[in-house]
Amino acid sequence: MKLRQFFPLLLVALLAGGADAADPQSIILVSTTSVENSGLLAQILPVFTKETGITVHVLAQGTGQALQTAARDDADLVLVHDPEAERKFIAAGDGIDRRQIAWNDFIVVGPRADPAHIAGTHDAVAALKAIAGAQAPFVSRGDKSGTDALEHRLWRVAEIDPAKAGAGSWYRDIGGGMGAALNAAQAMNAYTISDRGTWLSFKNKGDLAVLVEGDPHLINRYDVILLNPAKHPVPKQALARRFAQWLVSPEGQAAIGAYKVGGEQLFHPSATAPK
Amino acid sequence: MTVSLSATAVAAIVGLPSGAALAICRFPGRRPLILLANAFLGLPPVVVGLALYLLLSRSGPLGMLALLFTPGAMVIAQAALATPIIAALAHRAVEEPWQEYGGALRVEGASRLRSIRVLLVIARRSVLTAVLAGFGRTISEVGAVLIVGGNIAGYTRIMTTAIVLKTSEGDFGLALGLGLVLIGISIAVSASAFVLWERS
Repeated sequence: MKLRQFFPLLLVALLAGGADAADPQSIILVSTTSVENSGLLAQILPVFTKETGITVHVLAQGTGQALQTAARDDADLVLVHDPEAERKFIAAGDGIDRRQIAWNDFIVVGPRADPAHIAGTHDAVAALKAIAGAQAPFVSRGDKSGTDALEHRLWRVAEIDPAKAGAGSWYRDIGGGMGAALNAAQAMNAYTISDRGTWLSFKNKGDLAVLVEGDPHLINRYDVILLNPAKHPVPKQALARRFAQWLVSPEGQAAIGAYKVGGEQLFHPSATAPK
Repeated sequence: MTVSLSATAVAAIVGLPSGAALAICRFPGRRPLILLANAFLGLPPVVVGLALYLLLSRSGPLGMLALLFTPGAMVIAQAALATPIIAALAHRAVEEPWQEYGGALRVEGASRLRSIRVLLVIARRSVLTAVLAGFGRTISEVGAVLIVGGNIAGYTRIMTTAIVLKTSEGDFGLALGLGLVLIGISIAVSASAFVLWERS
């Protein structure tokens, strides 16, 4: 009897799965954890869906994984923030029509006690040197995300190999998302680098504070990229293009600019004047 | 919830008869299969998730089904995890009654299919436990469904993946609340299974 009672549920679930996958009016956007965790997409997607009837399913992955997912044809377009990895993605023939949609910035956060004495400075590279010099705990994403890529670029500019200098002691590679890294930094009184969006919407700040901001190195650009139909004949190319065009249109840009957390604007629309 | 129940149903439909068959049929490769079912009690969910991901990916062998990042993929993953549990426990449950009643069933000339049905009914208490154990696996699982479902809001986000997300957002209150609800659901399902049982 039990089996027979469960059976309809099973059918419903499988049909729902199949039907939705075949739903011609939905696309899969693979984006970064920073965009998803900040709440931006939850704010702007309903506006787009209302206008066009197209549902956008959002996968939140680190930029590295996101580009990989798209290269395997498992998404219809990408929204990421690692210029270097994006250039490689396009050079490999996977992506086309990259457009910057918005920017915000990265910040160095850390404990108020600030053992490396970096609070109030505006030079991220100098701050990392000070952290390494003081051997103060530092949490690294270590997940090949856009933020992770930025961190490693900064260490290269600082001419420090943190894994060599501090793995197993002060340099803590957690291999996790932005939220996980902030949780870890909060728990270990450590420094870390975060995008401002995730930081502002993060709810477990504890003793952490923004210590370094305003360095041109710390600009964080978000780009939308379509898949190259020559290499990825994804069936929903037209819908994906429509969404990408909406993001850079005056309506899309206005929706992005209108998103605020605690009165602070999280993303600055920049389709017409890329940073 | 629907995902876990469907997965448990699939696992029960596949696992119960095959577990019972392992107990009563004699065929070559039976022992390795029993060993396998028992070894897969500890099947790592992330590995199942990864294997399914590669299979269901649009550039994988089953890509044309377009199942990746849908609830259907999550049901398959969880069923794959729960089936060995249900099969191994059903095998245990049926072994003893088979020794007791097997002779009688054979004398009666019962077919193997009928024997399996009769034995599963005789061992129904243990069979219920097997199904609930399978359900426990599916509803508490997060590693596999996160990979093949993608944790898409309002589509493939389920209790466990929502808890992971809320924890990463530092929203421990909501994460804990969802956790308590999940435990509540688990208790409610077990309880209602037992109540239905007592009535029937």
